[in-house]
Order: sequence, then structure tokens, then C-alpha cells
Amino acid sequence: MEIYELTVHELLEKLDKKEITKQEILASYQNRIKEKENDVQAFITITDAEAKEQLEKNENNNSKLAGIPIGIKDNICTKGIKTTCASKMLENFVAPYNATVMDKINNEGMVMLGKLNMDEFAMGSSTEHSYFKQTKNPWNLNKVPGGSSGGSAAAVASGMLPWALGSDTGGSIRQPASYCGIVGLKPTYGLVSRYGLVAYASSLDQIGTLTKDVKDASMLLNVIAGHDEKDTTSAIKEKKDYTQALKNDIKGLKIGVPKEYFDDGIDEEVRESIKQAIEKYRELGAIVEECSLDIAEYALGSYYVIACAEASSNLGRFDGIRYGYRTKNYENLRDIYRNSRSEGFGAEVKRRIILGTYVLSSGYYDAYYKKAQQVRTLVRNEYAKNFEKYDCLLTPTAPNVAFDIGSKVNNPLEMYLADLCTVPVNIAGLPGISIPCGLNSEGMPIGFQLIGKPFDEETILNVAYTYEQNTDFRKNKPEFRN
Amino acid sequence: MSREDYEVVIGLEVHAELSTKTKIFCSCPTEFGGEPNTHCCPICMAMPGTLPVLNEKVVEYAVRAGLATGCEIEQNSKNDRKNYFYPDLPKAYQISQFDRPLCKKGSVEIENEKGEKVTIGITRIHIEEDAGKLNHDEFGGGSLVDLNRAGVPLIEIVSEPDMRSSVEAENYLRKLKSILEYIEVSDCKMQEGSLRADVNVSVRKKGETKLGTRTEMKNMNSFRSIVRGIEYEIDRQIDVIEDGGKVEQETLRWDDVSGKTFSMRDKEDAQDYRYFPDPDLVAIRLSDDYIENIRKTLPELPESRRERYIKDYNLSQREANLLTASKYLSNLFENTLAICNNPKATCNWILSDISRILNEKEMEPNEIPFDENHLAELITLIEKGTISSAIAKKVLEELFENVNMPSKIIEQKGWVQISDEGAIKEVVMQVLSENAQSVADFKAGKDRALGFLVGQAMKQTKGKANPQMLNKMFVEEMNKM
Repeated sequence: MEIYELTVHELLEKLDKKEITKQEILASYQNRIKEKENDVQAFITITDAEAKEQLEKNENNNSKLAGIPIGIKDNICTKGIKTTCASKMLENFVAPYNATVMDKINNEGMVMLGKLNMDEFAMGSSTEHSYFKQTKNPWNLNKVPGGSSGGSAAAVASGMLPWALGSDTGGSIRQPASYCGIVGLKPTYGLVSRYGLVAYASSLDQIGTLTKDVKDASMLLNVIAGHDEKDTTSAIKEKKDYTQALKNDIKGLKIGVPKEYFDDGIDEEVRESIKQAIEKYRELGAIVEECSLDIAEYALGSYYVIACAEASSNLGRFDGIRYGYRTKNYENLRDIYRNSRSEGFGAEVKRRIILGTYVLSSGYYDAYYKKAQQVRTLVRNEYAKNFEKYDCLLTPTAPNVAFDIGSKVNNPLEMYLADLCTVPVNIAGLPGISIPCGLNSEGMPIGFQLIGKPFDEETILNVAYTYEQNTDFRKNKPEFRN
Repeated sequence: MSREDYEVVIGLEVHAELSTKTKIFCSCPTEFGGEPNTHCCPICMAMPGTLPVLNEKVVEYAVRAGLATGCEIEQNSKNDRKNYFYPDLPKAYQISQFDRPLCKKGSVEIENEKGEKVTIGITRIHIEEDAGKLNHDEFGGGSLVDLNRAGVPLIEIVSEPDMRSSVEAENYLRKLKSILEYIEVSDCKMQEGSLRADVNVSVRKKGETKLGTRTEMKNMNSFRSIVRGIEYEIDRQIDVIEDGGKVEQETLRWDDVSGKTFSMRDKEDAQDYRYFPDPDLVAIRLSDDYIENIRKTLPELPESRRERYIKDYNLSQREANLLTASKYLSNLFENTLAICNNPKATCNWILSDISRILNEKEMEPNEIPFDENHLAELITLIEKGTISSAIAKKVLEELFENVNMPSKIIEQKGWVQISDEGAIKEVVMQVLSENAQSVADFKAGKDRALGFLVGQAMKQTKGKANPQMLNKMFVEEMNKM
């Protein structure tokens, strides 16, 4: 087995036994990038030289993760290295500071191999809205990797990175993880600091992990979780070791399956595959019952109102005055604003800014923004009611598998449906994880989602881990079909 | 119809910069001045990915201001975003407060031009961040942004439309200024812009209950321009109505040089600020204990000092008002008293000569270079007859130039009063011999002649002779003649 095929915990075992060196690990991944990046197009910036320097610098770092490579979604600020958000607006933006998660990654002595492609400003479900390039799905290069963390998911799935950080506002980690056949974890809102994550929708954004398996997700969560005084929305919670939660035992555990996620809106093969996963859980001793989340159908609408409202305000700072793109075509201040923003933002970003501006406008605020917030409360309450009965909930991660590049890019409403199953989790601020549960008849990965109680990442990690340890789906490897 | 047929309605939105050490959402200094863009960081420059963290002192200061003006304190408050584009506003939104301000429903008492007490309602006090500053045309036609001030904490104090004249508006603002100084939440330096007001003015026919259309003069930062601006707007609005026109609701800029107001924005630019709760900040929850602890530490307010001065020191209403209007002068008064125990003299020195010099030099009370020790000694030296009050005035002038103890100053300058009887007699005899006519006048019953003779003696001694002794000795000597 090649080094780049190993999970991080396997790399650590081999390092421990001195079967491999950190230099060999780095070389293996850098070679794999040379080999596959042309096909997959996952990176916006590759930091070859910086990675080697970083490895040398951390020669004496005693952290067990020192020397382990990682990739970072390009909306997480990295001091001295471009953070573009896949936008023309920030094509040459270099932050003079690190995101808090980057400080944590650096303290561990991990080695960043590059910044990963995404939908512009994390708005999209296919990575087709990147200003720079189209990332391909490693299972079939004609298909999208999902989005917005499509670069992160594709790079991990194709072995160019052992793991990566992404961000998830409405499914942007879980959906591409599902499309690319890997594990994607979105922690509870507030578990991971957002400082240095370029905001899309502040009340929904959360940084999380894209990994080859559940144990790696627990290990990376250990690194990034924790209160940050620079982010007052980050929760003050006791530090946990999430790997301790992985017991490979779920006997007697109660799993709710909301019936609303198994109707005609969900692809039949996806439904079938998830029904088999449910059977597997029953075999493993869990009590699985049908339950209801009937407010969920309103969650998608409320998501687009809230997310766009916040985005319209968050993206106001890209005005061509202090940093980022400035039009050459101006005679006065109004032109600078209008032309810099017209030329610097892509179509999807503009669509959401306009939508968000509209729903916050006087006369419409109550009908849209306020109502969406009320729906949000109802969604939260309905989850809470279900969690009185169940330890976690199980749904498909996405209603379908990865679709053809270009097939939905001109139909935003259909594209938005790709987030149908993941969005309510962000609306309620809950933790969610997507894990692979098979391939469809075309050989494309299918994933299911486990949803946990607030700050109870342990349960969904254990439930996911137990499934993973008792099935072979994680052994499927992408074939880079054309 | 004439001006007397109209009633004037004025409301003020006062912005006061809070004197916290650091900005409202980051740890940059709030200090005034500094090279452009040296008091800022990624947060107050609104770099992508940065987040605000609310400075707790800002909440405390605002609550202090609320309690000092009789406001109710909102125990479940929040921050909202006010969205608009301007180059001095780096985030393209100002973090402010919309529907749940920290303080509401307060009031202050002021006097109107007739000396009657009037209560001015305070609608609300909320916290927000200041914007940066644009420097125009410093470098060949362009405008440059200085973000040193961006994120400096402000409170906005919104009054009810309760004022009926420019005098009331001025007195209200003076009252607020003195309260904010007393509770030490703002240094209220108007020339540095740390206290400024948006002034809303409307007029209506007397007896009318509906408010007239108002105009708003933005960013007024001196008492004089506020009074002039209001007077101008009253006349302008009445003229418009008398000519059969309608007052337009608009935002105006007061120009101090031409003494006129100018329209700032046209109506098609009517702003929709799209306020919504800032999702980057958590709710501001204040416990009863928190509020009570702040209430307990509030210092004595001008109102109470004023009453005390009238009762304990027999000062007039006017004197007490003037002294307590400035916390600094009031403190100087009390501290000086503690040393020399002469309320009347201390009050007189502060309100007449010291205030006159401050005016002449265009200085603020807190810029007085000497302290209570100097003033108390000066007063004691007069009481003991060491110097005359004429000399004392010269000492005071000197104190503003070179601070030194008054006793040292008069020693250095040779200003000690001549109280030696022999020396006085010598001068008296000489003046009498040179002014026979005045002696005759005095003998003929013209009292004024005595004043002239004393004046001559003072002239000869360069003001150093003890005037009481001169008086007494002139009379004695002339009676002997």
C-alpha cells in the first residue's frame, strides 16, 4: 500500500514503528499531487516550498501530529499565503494573520500542502462557482465533487491529502464528502472558532473536517475544537478527547429516521443504500425507529433567507477601497463600488447578495427575515423534541449522487436542492457527519448523515465509527474515470 | 404672521466618544490623533475573517450614563448592524443598536431662558462604533482614509423633541456634557469631536398639536454653531411657510463661515439601513447585581452639588450653576475650600478672574495649569494682607504662564504689599505735599478726592501699598491739617 493511501492514524502507527519517516510522508503526498492534480484540479495554491520549510522547522516538535500534511479550504486565512475564497475579488489577497484553527494546526507542527478550491465565498454545491477552476470528482472526472468544500473533498478522496479542513454553512462539508466517498464532519455551531474564516453566513458557518475515516475525524476535531476569546460565539466547553468516544459498540442506542427524507425527492438508489445501512445498524444492536421532522421542508427556504441576508452584509466590505479587487473603470466613488463589485463577484455571489439585500429591506424584513428566524426556532424545537427520544438521527446526506459538471449550474433552484438534507442541521446549529455507505450502479459514492445533539459529537462519531468498522465501504477507492 | 406665532420644536441626537482605553470591538487604543492608520488592526480595518469582541467597559460606561440620566436599563440587549457603503466605514456596516438599546426612558432637568425648570426627555441611549475619517485632497485630488477613529466607542443619546428654543437646546447639551464629565465616561472635547450633536428642528403654528416637518443638521460640534444653526433654521423654515411653501424633510450641513445650512443628500438617496441583529456577537445580558453595582459607584452629580453649594456655602443660584457646570471647576472649588475655607472668595476667583482668563485664552477648565494648592495660597495671602487683590490678579496671570507657588512668585517679583507704617506714612506725606488742591477738596467735603490721593500713592508704590492703611492714614493726616 502506498503511503498516500493510508489514514492519518495508520501513518502515525508506521511513524511510531519507524517504518516510514515524515520526509517520506511529505514526498509521497507531493508526488501524488504532481500525479493527480492535473486531472482533479483541487488546489488553488500549492505550497510545496513552504511545506518543506514547515517540516524542517518542526523537526523537534513533540506533537504526535507534527509532520502530518493537511490542506486548507481557501476561505480560511493563512498568514503570508493567499486566501482567495475562489473569487476574483480576493485573487491576490494575503491575510496578515492566521485563522485560529491555523494557529492550532501550526502549533501541532502539521504541514500545509496547499489551499483548496471551493465555490466562490462558499456559495454553491458543486465547486462550479469557483473563479479559478473546476474541481473534478475523482470517481468520475465528468462529475462535480460537490461543494462548496469540493476541493477539500476531492483532494482527500484522491489521496493528494490525508485530510483537510473545510467549512459548512448549509452542507458544504457533508455533501462533498458524500459525493466523493469520504467522511465529512460539521461540528456543533460554536465548537470551533470562526476567527479567520471569511464569513459567508455568520450564524451558520462552521469549520469542520474532511477525512478518510471516522477516527481521523475525531483526531482532527481534537485539534481544532475549543473556545476562542477572539470569537464570542464560540462556546466555553470542557476539552474532550473525541477518539475516546469510538467504542465500536452501539447496542441499545436509539436512532431516529425522519420519514420526510425518504420521499420521491430522494434518488431511489440513495434510498435503497440507506435502508441497507439502517438494517446494518439493527444488526449491530441499535434500535432504529421512524420519526418525523415535518418542519424540515421549510428549513431550506429559511436557510436561503438567513444565509443570504447575512451574506449581503458580510460581503459589503469587499468594496474596492482597502484590499481586494478594484475596478480600473471609475470616475467617482459610486463607480468604484458598483464596478468593483460587479466585476469582482461571480453570478452566484451576486444572486445571493441581491436576495439578501431584498429580504432585509424595510417593508420586507418582517415577511422574510423575521419569519425565517421564527422557522429557525421551530426547526430547533423539533430537533430537540426528537432528541428527547433518540440519541441521534439518520438521513441521507444528499438526495442524489454527484451530478454531471454543467448539468445544474444554470438552474439555481435545482442546485439548492442538493442541500435539502444538510441545511436543517445548520439551521439548528447541530453536529452532523456524513459517511460513505456504498456506490450506485454507476459507481458513484453514496453517503448518509448522522445528526447529534448540540455538543454531543461523541455519539455521532461512535455511531459512524461502529458502522464503518463493520462494513467495507471505506475500502472503495476512486478510479479517476473519464 | 410673525415669529411669535410659531412654536419651535427641537430634538438632539448627541454622540459622545467614550473614554475607554481601547476600542469597542478590538484592543486598539482610542487615543486622539496619531499618524493616520497607526491605531488600527485587522479587526477595525475589517479584514476578511476577523470578528468583533465587545469591550465590556463600553457597556459599563453606557449603563453609567443611563443611570445618571434616570434611564431604565435594558437587561436583554443586543448589537445590530446598520448597513451602508462609505469609504470611512470599513465593514460597510456600523455595529450599533436598533430596537433594544441599553438605556431608555430617561430625562434631565434644565432651565429655560426665564429661569424656569424644564424636563427634557431622553428617548434612548445606545452604544455604537465610530467611523474612520476621510482626508480630502491632501495628495493631489484623491481622498485618503484614516481608520484610527474607526471602532472608537460612542454612545448616542437621543432626546425627545422637548426643547422649545435654542437656549433650551444649549442648556440641555451643557447639562449632558457636565453629567458625562462627572461620571467620567467621556472627556467631551468638542473641538476634537468627542462630543457632537445632530440637531433636529421643526416649527409649527402655536396651538398646533401635530409636529411640523423637521430638518436635521449633522455633526454640530460647538455650542455657538448649534445656537446659530437653530436660529437660522427657525427663520428659514418660518420664511418657507410664510411664503406658502412646505419645509422639506432633509439632512443639512451647517456652514459656520457663511452662517447658512446646506442640503447634504437628495431624496433619491434615501437610505435603507437594513438593520438586523449582528450574528457575530452574542446578546448582552445584564443582571440586577451588575446594574446595582454600577449605580452604587456613581459619583455625586452636578444637581446634588448645586443644592449643597447653595445650602452649605450660601452661594447664589447663579454661582452654584456656573461652578457645577464643569466638573473640573467644581472640583477646584471644593479642593481649594478644603485648604483655605473661604467659599465666597474661592467662588469669586473661579467665576470671575479664572473664567475670564480661560475665555481669553480659549482654554478648557481641565487645561488650567495650576491646582487647588496654588489658588488656596493666593486667597490666604490676600486674607493676611500680604498682597493686595490688585497684585493677586497679577499673580493669577503669572500662574497661567509659569506655575509656581504664589508666595514664591511675589517674592521673585518683589510684589509684597507695603504694610509698614513708617513706609506708608512717608508716601502719604509726600502725596499730600504734592496735591494741595485735593486736600482742599477733601476738606470741602468732596470724598472723591480721597480716592484720587490713594490712587496717587498706589502709583508711586507700583500697587504694593496696603490700600486699607493708605485710606486710614490719609484721613488721619488730613484731619490733623
